[in-house]
Amino acid sequence: MTVTQQIITVAAVVLGTMLTRFLPFFLFPAGRETPRYIQYLGRALPPAVFGLLVVYCLKNVSILKGSHGIPELIAIAAVVALHLWKRQMLLSIAGGTVLYMVLVQTVF
Amino acid sequence: MTKQNSIKKAFKAAFPYTIPIFAGFWFLGMTYGIYMNVSGFSFLYPMLMSITIFAGSMEFITVDLLLGSFNPVQAFLMTLMINARHLFYGISMLDKFRGTGLKKLYLIFGMCDESFSINYTAKIPPDVDRGWFMFFVTLLNHFYWFSGSTLGGIFGSLIHFNTEGLDFVMTAMFTVIFLEQWLKDRQHISALLGLGISLLCLWIFGADNFIIPSMAAMLMMLTLLRKPVEKREEGQR
Repeated sequence: MTVTQQIITVAAVVLGTMLTRFLPFFLFPAGRETPRYIQYLGRALPPAVFGLLVVYCLKNVSILKGSHGIPELIAIAAVVALHLWKRQMLLSIAGGTVLYMVLVQTVF
Repeated sequence: MTKQNSIKKAFKAAFPYTIPIFAGFWFLGMTYGIYMNVSGFSFLYPMLMSITIFAGSMEFITVDLLLGSFNPVQAFLMTLMINARHLFYGISMLDKFRGTGLKKLYLIFGMCDESFSINYTAKIPPDVDRGWFMFFVTLLNHFYWFSGSTLGGIFGSLIHFNTEGLDFVMTAMFTVIFLEQWLKDRQHISALLGLGISLLCLWIFGADNFIIPSMAAMLMMLTLLRKPVEKREEGQR
């Protein structure tokens, strides 16, 4: 690829990304009242999307091969337990990550 | 409060929320920079791409696109597929971005998974300017990604310390965000649907193709279950 072709390729990716981010704001501008159904989706979608993002992070974990997803399971359980106990976002994230690193580097 | 003080206050409120993202983005950004480096690109590529694209997974894929044959239409369509989940973020932020002035353009431009998740769930204190808070969350995240990618592109091959497993910081963060949302919500139908459908689609369609079917199924189920979901939203906590 020439540099020009590379620039065009990156521009196509930028354009695609921006389209997915800006489209809802073009379709439902702030000046007009948003349809009730869209308002409902705006409230109901986020919890579902957060579930999707957790699964997305784990998409390459195989329960049949390697460590069978056990370190992931232990670390996520630790994150949930820490968070329910202290409710400190940074502590839960740091604790779970350090535990996971120890698990994959030394145990599994 | 003067305008300057209110901006400073928003920065101080926003910064702690972005610390886990600093760890995650520096790690992932450097990985990305190193990947570009070993693929034969100068650090200018990760530097410029991290500023303009600012969508992590897509940038890794763009490296492959740049190494392949020239096909911008395919690149565009592929981006739409992979980043389609941003449509859901926009729908969820229609209200929250209201009244943020010109900053709104940047808030939408920089709405990656992490910025969206924090800006949607953060408990912004009532005396902190919402617009500036969300602006700084987005800006800091953007800066972490940019600096990590660029440093990875420059120094990548020189770094030797065992970072295996550090990428789990993102999984941990989304787990906490999912949990926070769960504790705040009166209805848990959406959350359970989100987990269940994603797992099911991952199992059926595999890691590379499960996002679009998951989104379609979520949209369908939430539309069918609108009555019970809305009833629970209004019910007692």
